[in-house]
Amino acid sequence: MSDLQTITETLITGDAVKLEELVKKAIDAGISANDILQIGLIGGMDIVGSRMESGEMFIPEVLMSGRAMGISVEILKPLLTGGQASSAGKVIIGTVKGDLHDIGKNLVVMMIESVGFDVVDLGVDVEPEIFVDAIKEHQPNLVGISALLTTTMPMMQKTIEAIKESGLKDSLKIIVGGAPVNQAFADEIGADAYAADAGSASKMAKELCVR
Amino acid sequence: MFTVIGERINTTLKKVKAAVADRDVDYIQNDVKQQTAAGATFIDVNAGARIGHEEADMRWLLEVVQGATDLPLCLDSPDPAILEMAYGLVERKPMVNSISLEKDRFESMIKYLEGKECSIIALCMDDSGMPKSAGDIIARAHSLVGELEKIGFKRDDIYLDPLVQPMGVDIINGNMAMDAVRTIMTELEGVHTTGGLSNISFGLPQRRIVNRVFMAMMIASGFDSAIMDPLDKDLMALTLTADMLAGNDDYCMNFIRATRSGAIVS
Repeated sequence: MSDLQTITETLITGDAVKLEELVKKAIDAGISANDILQIGLIGGMDIVGSRMESGEMFIPEVLMSGRAMGISVEILKPLLTGGQASSAGKVIIGTVKGDLHDIGKNLVVMMIESVGFDVVDLGVDVEPEIFVDAIKEHQPNLVGISALLTTTMPMMQKTIEAIKESGLKDSLKIIVGGAPVNQAFADEIGADAYAADAGSASKMAKELCVR
Repeated sequence: MFTVIGERINTTLKKVKAAVADRDVDYIQNDVKQQTAAGATFIDVNAGARIGHEEADMRWLLEVVQGATDLPLCLDSPDPAILEMAYGLVERKPMVNSISLEKDRFESMIKYLEGKECSIIALCMDDSGMPKSAGDIIARAHSLVGELEKIGFKRDDIYLDPLVQPMGVDIINGNMAMDAVRTIMTELEGVHTTGGLSNISFGLPQRRIVNRVFMAMMIASGFDSAIMDPLDKDLMALTLTADMLAGNDDYCMNFIRATRSGAIVS
């Protein structure tokens, strides 16, 4: 098995210590940091995301892999070349105004970062105007909107309308999620995509941001 | 005795939503009768999932549900206007679901509750977000009880919800809920605790066993009510057994009766 394949498999097991050793070994063996990141680590998180979506892997395991990845990425950071060009894209994400739930959103942030995106997390209880201001400031490729209460689902619609009114909607894609949300609702409010969990969100983010 | 708040009449459930949309009286009444026979203490009624239809749906449900049971209702809505209408239509003293310390909710709900004869579910939630420790939950519980007592509520009518969070996200979450309940039941003697426990297993495999064992552990910590499915025979049997083991069942009589009726088979 190649060094990069072993890295991918170790990432999936969530063994942070072993992964760090393997990453250092790969660097010493002359494998490029970018390849280690893109093929070894991000490739591994893509698989984790798929397994999460299919129900084969569970939240604690996804968190362990995410943590292991984070530690290894810190080692790679000073060696990476290309800066912005090596990022998969920029994402802004938040939970809508009136809603304080963030567990799902935080998992999405972790997964999306792990598969190579730069993420700006606006937090919870985010007014539509704040989403719009953040879009103006960061010019993202993708905006993620989350809500967990049936009572705050209408606020998702208001947020999308605010983005439309600001004239910025055509420059980005909008993805929505949260327990009471479904594809029908996403279509109704004009979102570009709906993701049922962090795994499918990260896959969808890549599909929506094909450069 | 453990208070079972039957959770099934909720429009977020696909079949219920369809029955409400179609005004299917039989479906709803059948379900309510089953919940009643299975030992529910309250029947929760939530009409919030059909956006724009909540008032008409709630009106219809209140009539249909009360036609099928003599149990008191738990009125479940975030909208004080809906709760006001619902309060006027109930035949027995209801439970109201819910109040919290979140600014938007708190002010309007305190106003609603003034002068009403009801019990109240109080969520240990404020604008700073989900609780991060048992201390957070306990502090919020004290605030809620203080405010409710100010407007004349008795502790026996207050049901505090500690806001159970998933183990899969942080392994302190089980103990956080249990420690909070234990402390609340001692420091705020006379109140009740309640809530839906299934959040505990979110993100884990084999959710059913996680939910069941957690119910037993929460009851051991003093938890004395739950929003649950009375038609889940195993869960009801477990709840009754745990409640007996916690010393809440004189002469173990409810337990013994339940084994004779076939409600508990092990």
